[in-house]
Amino acid sequence: MIDSTRRAVLATGAGAALAGAAAGLTYAARPASAEGQSQPDAADTAVVPFRGERQAGITTAAQDRLHLVALDVVTADPDELRDLLTRWTVAAERMTLGAEAAPGGVVGGGPWNVPQDTGEALDLAPGHLTVTIGYGPTLFDDRFGLADRKPEALRELPGFLGDDLDPARSGGDIVIQACSDDPQVAVHAVRNLVRMGFGVVAVRWSQLGFGRTSSTSQAQATPRNMFGFKDGTANIKSEDTAGLDQHVWVAPTDVPGAAAWMAGGSYLVARRIRMHIEVWDRTPLMEQEQVIGRDKKIGAPLGRSAEFDEPDFAALGTDSLPRIPATAHVRLAHHSNLDGIRILRRGYTFTDGSDGQGHLDAGLFFLAFMRDIHRQFVPMQRALAKADGLNEYIEHTGSAVFACPPGLAPDDDWGTQLFA
Amino acid sequence: MRTRPLALAATLALPVAIALSGCSGSDGASEGASGDPISVKASDTACAVSRAEAPAGNVEFTITNSGNKVNEFYVYAEGDRIMGEVENVAPGLTRTFHVDLSEPGTYQTACKPGMVGDGIRAPFTVTGASAAARSDNENLEAAVTEYQRYVASQSDAFLAETTAFVALVKAGKVDEAKALYPTARSYWERIEPVAESFGDLDPKIDGRAEVVDEGMKFTGYHRLEKDLWEDGLQPDSSAIADQLLTDVTELVTRAKAVELNPLQLANGSKALLDEIATGKITGEEERYSHTDLWDFEANFEGSKSAIAALRPFLLAQDPALVAKIDTTGKALGDLLETYRDRDGFVLYPALTPADIKKLTEALDAFSEPVATVAGAVAQG
Repeated sequence: MIDSTRRAVLATGAGAALAGAAAGLTYAARPASAEGQSQPDAADTAVVPFRGERQAGITTAAQDRLHLVALDVVTADPDELRDLLTRWTVAAERMTLGAEAAPGGVVGGGPWNVPQDTGEALDLAPGHLTVTIGYGPTLFDDRFGLADRKPEALRELPGFLGDDLDPARSGGDIVIQACSDDPQVAVHAVRNLVRMGFGVVAVRWSQLGFGRTSSTSQAQATPRNMFGFKDGTANIKSEDTAGLDQHVWVAPTDVPGAAAWMAGGSYLVARRIRMHIEVWDRTPLMEQEQVIGRDKKIGAPLGRSAEFDEPDFAALGTDSLPRIPATAHVRLAHHSNLDGIRILRRGYTFTDGSDGQGHLDAGLFFLAFMRDIHRQFVPMQRALAKADGLNEYIEHTGSAVFACPPGLAPDDDWGTQLFA
Repeated sequence: MRTRPLALAATLALPVAIALSGCSGSDGASEGASGDPISVKASDTACAVSRAEAPAGNVEFTITNSGNKVNEFYVYAEGDRIMGEVENVAPGLTRTFHVDLSEPGTYQTACKPGMVGDGIRAPFTVTGASAAARSDNENLEAAVTEYQRYVASQSDAFLAETTAFVALVKAGKVDEAKALYPTARSYWERIEPVAESFGDLDPKIDGRAEVVDEGMKFTGYHRLEKDLWEDGLQPDSSAIADQLLTDVTELVTRAKAVELNPLQLANGSKALLDEIATGKITGEEERYSHTDLWDFEANFEGSKSAIAALRPFLLAQDPALVAKIDTTGKALGDLLETYRDRDGFVLYPALTPADIKKLTEALDAFSEPVATVAGAVAQG
């Protein structure tokens, strides 16, 4: 929990509101290890360092809540965009420390001015708030002089069998992912950043997530999704640095030339997956387990006894059929059946109320980070879309891809990083 | 009817003390007129100003409307700051008015046949030696004087157009009444924060059907809107029309007597944009006629007028803010023009969700800098 001394310093001492001023404060809470974003400073356990070799919010132990917003750039002026990215950096860094978006933002401007911070996170601990930025393929068109900086792998996804994508829930020039253990803190972060951007960017769509569906650290228990099953058991964990380098972080050789800014970053795939909850709920347990390929209570692969046991895809049941069916989700999504392909899943369960027909508008907001969308997510989703037994119970309703740059060095900011 | 009228509280404490001189209408104040009178021959397609130059001072303009549309004539300083205007010049009419142009420089004259858009503009030069630069307080005082003149001018036009509208309703001329309805209301919408500050009159003139639930009779413009578009004229429509004219007459008397302070100009400019965001862009204000974009434009114009009056003060305080307001205001105005249909606009149901989103985005972008003007005024 952030202590009151730091809050006071941020409210007054950092009055210049410049990146450097706020950055200086960040390093006090920064763990020694650059990769250690999932292990925040012991003395200040609710704060995740904003700066570092990697952006926070990727391998950071998945927080409980999400507010993610996709924005379109509406200005034609690259300088305005760059300036906004710089101002966003300052505000985002401040908020991850539990400070107001601007010094004295809530009431410090006095009675006559419009408050620069909306105030609903005042006195709340940041709850491991991370603010992660990414850029969509459309940002690299001819509007802002960024065309030559477009990483080759940042291409739109192909259509997949069964997709029912809503354009109003898909795409976007920029993404901001805010995660926190406190939903109000995550919403506050997005709300204030969006507000700073009026006239420069406009919200295209946004998604709230109320529960993490993946664990990104061995220290975290595997959560259950809306189908009632443990989800993300086989995820890459932050402790597996070799696996991260191979499957998650973009290597310098992946992005030669003008796209080099993306080295050390990661690609984000976002898919809004609506679950047909009511249909699933009237499905017998055995069928549910065969669709997923895991035991519902413990999470063990069918035929095994513990959650983290490796699935045995060759095993046959007493009926001489595969113990884990050919269409089971676990089989199709497993790296051993995908030429070793793995991704870092970091999705959230969502419920957007009801759909007007009396059914829950709920599901999985799938978020995954990876080194190459088209060598990882695309073959994986093709395999799933073709045969996954789950398809009877789900529908992909939104889709977007983004390039999330590496972390920020001291005195660096998102505007400089993208444009310099 | 609105829930948040512009606060006219007398207790409002301002860090700047403004001594308001009484605002007198400029019509007929011919003493000390600067140079010979200037004639303006306005038609539906032209705006011929007899001279494009005058020595600094009080300049007399005489406008004659030879066209078929109602016309308006404006003299603008930089940033569309309204130095003087005459509203509601009906076809065939001649009107004379005076504009105080004491500061040399380049201005613009504009006729607005049909009250549409930016109008037909031409440069106008005022010659002479520059006066001493105004202090901040003098700038604020001038802003209030200019804006009160604007309110008075809009009020007069509102009364004239309401009189005509009421006559059409009482004569049972439904089509003509419907055609005049959105235009007549524009004058109200331009000065809405002032007009609706009279809490007893606002619901009678501009209340919606829901006020019936509060025990009030549903009267005023929107009741007649419902009759004209939905129900047909009713046995009591004439009585409702008579009452509307009585209420508007009272409102105009009060609006012209109101004394404003500069902070109220700033707050009013924001309040007008808030009106658009919560009532116009949602299509709920004009639920029978669907003429919401007329209101949108009028609210937007009223907001820009209040800001423009404050412009000299704001330029001295925060030129970057003025530039931001100019840029975002132009973007919103340009976008709104794309929904123009002849002298009016497309009806609200013709807007797609994507259209409404674009308008909302442009409105957000303009509203953010406008919202900070009050702070600049209070602390300048």
